[in-house]
Amino acid sequence: MTDLPPLLAANPRLSAWLRFLPDGAVGVHTGRVELGQGVITVMAQVAAEELDVDPPRIRMTPATTGFSPDEGYTAGSMSVQYGAAALRVACAEARGLYLDAAAREFGVDAARLTVSDGEIRAPDGRTTSYWELPELPETDVTGTYPLKSPSQYRIVGTSAPRLDLPDKVTGRPRYVHDLALPGQCYGQVVRPPSRGARLACFDENLATSVAGVVTVVRDGDFLAVIAERIETALHAAALLRESAEWEEHPALPDPEDLPGYLLSAPAETTVLASRGSAPAAFSHEAVYHRPYLAHASIGPSSATAVLTGQTAPGAEPGRLRVWSHSQGIYPLRAELARALGLDPENVTVTHSEGAGCYGHNGADDAAMDAALLARAVPGRPVQVTWSREEELGWAPFGTAGVARVAAETDEAGSVRAWHHEIWSNGHATRPGSVASVALLTASHREGGSPIDPAWEPPLALGGGSGRNAVPSYDFPSYEVVNHRLLEMPLRASSLRSLGAFLNVFAAESFLDELAEKAGRDPVEYRLSALGDPRARAVVSSAASRAGWGTPLTGSAGRGIGYARYKNTSAYCAVVAEVEAVSEIRVRRLTIAVDAGMVVNPDGAANQVEGGAVQATSWACKEQVRFDRYGVTSDTWETYPILRFSEVPAVDVELLPGDGNPSLGVGECAQGPVAAAIGNAICDALSVRVRTLPFSPENVAAALPD
Amino acid sequence: MNTVRVNGELEEVQAEPGTPLLYVLRDHLDLKGTRFGCGLSLCGSCMVLVDGQAVYSCDIPLWSAEGKDITTVEGLRDHPVTGALISEQAAQCGYCVSGIVVAAAELLRRNPDPTEAEVREGLDRNLCRCGSHNRIVRAVLAAARELR
Ligand code: FES
Ligand code: FES
Repeated sequence: MTDLPPLLAANPRLSAWLRFLPDGAVGVHTGRVELGQGVITVMAQVAAEELDVDPPRIRMTPATTGFSPDEGYTAGSMSVQYGAAALRVACAEARGLYLDAAAREFGVDAARLTVSDGEIRAPDGRTTSYWELPELPETDVTGTYPLKSPSQYRIVGTSAPRLDLPDKVTGRPRYVHDLALPGQCYGQVVRPPSRGARLACFDENLATSVAGVVTVVRDGDFLAVIAERIETALHAAALLRESAEWEEHPALPDPEDLPGYLLSAPAETTVLASRGSAPAAFSHEAVYHRPYLAHASIGPSSATAVLTGQTAPGAEPGRLRVWSHSQGIYPLRAELARALGLDPENVTVTHSEGAGCYGHNGADDAAMDAALLARAVPGRPVQVTWSREEELGWAPFGTAGVARVAAETDEAGSVRAWHHEIWSNGHATRPGSVASVALLTASHREGGSPIDPAWEPPLALGGGSGRNAVPSYDFPSYEVVNHRLLEMPLRASSLRSLGAFLNVFAAESFLDELAEKAGRDPVEYRLSALGDPRARAVVSSAASRAGWGTPLTGSAGRGIGYARYKNTSAYCAVVAEVEAVSEIRVRRLTIAVDAGMVVNPDGAANQVEGGAVQATSWACKEQVRFDRYGVTSDTWETYPILRFSEVPAVDVELLPGDGNPSLGVGECAQGPVAAAIGNAICDALSVRVRTLPFSPENVAAALPD
Repeated sequence: MNTVRVNGELEEVQAEPGTPLLYVLRDHLDLKGTRFGCGLSLCGSCMVLVDGQAVYSCDIPLWSAEGKDITTVEGLRDHPVTGALISEQAAQCGYCVSGIVVAAAELLRRNPDPTEAEVREGLDRNLCRCGSHNRIVRAVLAAARELR
């Protein structure tokens, strides 16, 4: 017996993964959730392949607690690496069990049967099918049935179109925001005007006298209104906001000296990794900064909840049902139960698709808001959709950070010793990853406590702040030191690529600085320190496709960035071509990725391309702005992102998988893109910009006086 | 009671005259294709055609929509841009796409043979966070070819 994939070992019930439905379909219940990354299409391809059925037979059911396998979080580009591996084994088992049953029925050896679109055929021509044979008994997956060999794949490895896109492009109700249950009412929260503000008083009558207002809910510093209609809820919330008085105090660090704050705040210092012995001193050193970044999804967080079976408010808790676009329905269920004093068994969370999800955004928080409000109107579903200001102002951010990189080089300028040191908040405050209840509203309720500072996942799990701080190169010695902040002025959590965005930007910028000092070409310099042939291949390929070495005219520049995401996942090299006039314009990104065997090449390219455009936006424009009281960048005017006319051409090449296992691609381009742009700016302007974003101010500040 | 003409149908709506058209469509008429993104006329996800003009429905009060011809993404299902977006797989989360279908339909009506730069400029009022821009531009150009 082979070792079961970990997710399968934790959820061994076969029926937790798939069921054969009477109408000739197969219901697949992966715990992976669609975040806009196309994962359900990939999972359907994997299931169809291993079962030998045509893809239209696969019906992907939305993940629901108590029904779907508990796969924790859909995050970290691990769906294909882990989720698909588990589903594949489960499907092979189902196929094998049916073949055994057919073999018994036909009195032939199972090995002599063939399957085509679910139809099982004996050598003499007799046929049956998954749907004609008796239903499979309730059983655990054993992992004893052989998996298809990749050479036989006919569905995996093809660019199957996304299953969810037709609905989304034609405007069918498909998002969590579109849920419209009988009797549904709408909640709107009046957030505090600043961090740590205490609600002193407000005029409830202003809201309750509005026709269509159901009730006002106040719990400590949490204030909200429920109304029959959303427009009424918005209107009443505005009245409450105007009437509310809050005690405010400056709770945030000085935004003018954010690096100073990060470098001096209380922190836990850890050596995350080291190799060889460090020199007494380093002759080269540079310091890089990144600001806080917002997830800034186009659709704000939303959830719907209903409490049933409760006779009166305040009586014994009933059953809570929640629809959420959370990345982790099981951890959310546990956290909601904890926050509301319910038995998790009495809470059901169903995943419902949201707008693009790039990490731990406000989805879980909105679920808590809806759940808390649902308690006030038992039996009635309450939908809460955050305002744009809540989404940009109150969802968790990708943390700001400082990275100091230092190196000692030999006569040829090659790195002998490397030092990488980080000062920032951690990247994990998801429910279940910190001790406190990790839901925004829980921290505002009476007796609620602030959310604990973000945690640092171990490097073996990909790390957080330390992600990609360990060099991707064969340096003889290195040391990686992390200073994890023990206070958290702005809530920080996982945003696409976590610490890799800063670390790769810093390391790859610094590498170019070293190459320049040594008078060496950045591509040659990198290749000389890369032994891994797959790493070399992406660097060489991106460089040659981008025309590395051919002259550029005028104010244009070219730069490269490379990393193997998490040091264990997809290899990605990016060449950026920029034009520096009054501001930085990225004209073109040429990207080469090696992600091993790719289940859906077009889907993977789409994700890499999207990630690269997003990273360009982060790198060139984005910065969460705040004053001593609160976040001030809470609309698209104050938090601008890249627009159509600013988006670079993006050319993505997926290198052949060569039989290597699948690696997630969703986040691999983030760091390399920022580095490549920074290096291209230096090529164009001979100015090294070490502070993100590459805004006109930061570029100007880097110019020599 | 207000009357609006949506996708060719006359609809009676019981709502305050100041109610944004966005919520009239989504919640009173159950046309969920028009999406809420910001409510501030800054993202384009709520775009609809009002008398052929692509406008932000979050910024149009019901009273001002009366007597006008409103087309939502649901009314553009047969428009070539919809099919082109699907064939180009021009979305990731798709949330921005409703507004983009509407903006592109207007763009192609005004300019049946746009350059790539004109398509980009024409879509600049629509934000996309997933980075699907280049595929969307390709799809709009493909739809333009089909329409000609
Ligand atoms: S929701 Fe109307 S422009 Fe954003
Ligand atoms: S596809 Fe997600 S916002 Fe455009």
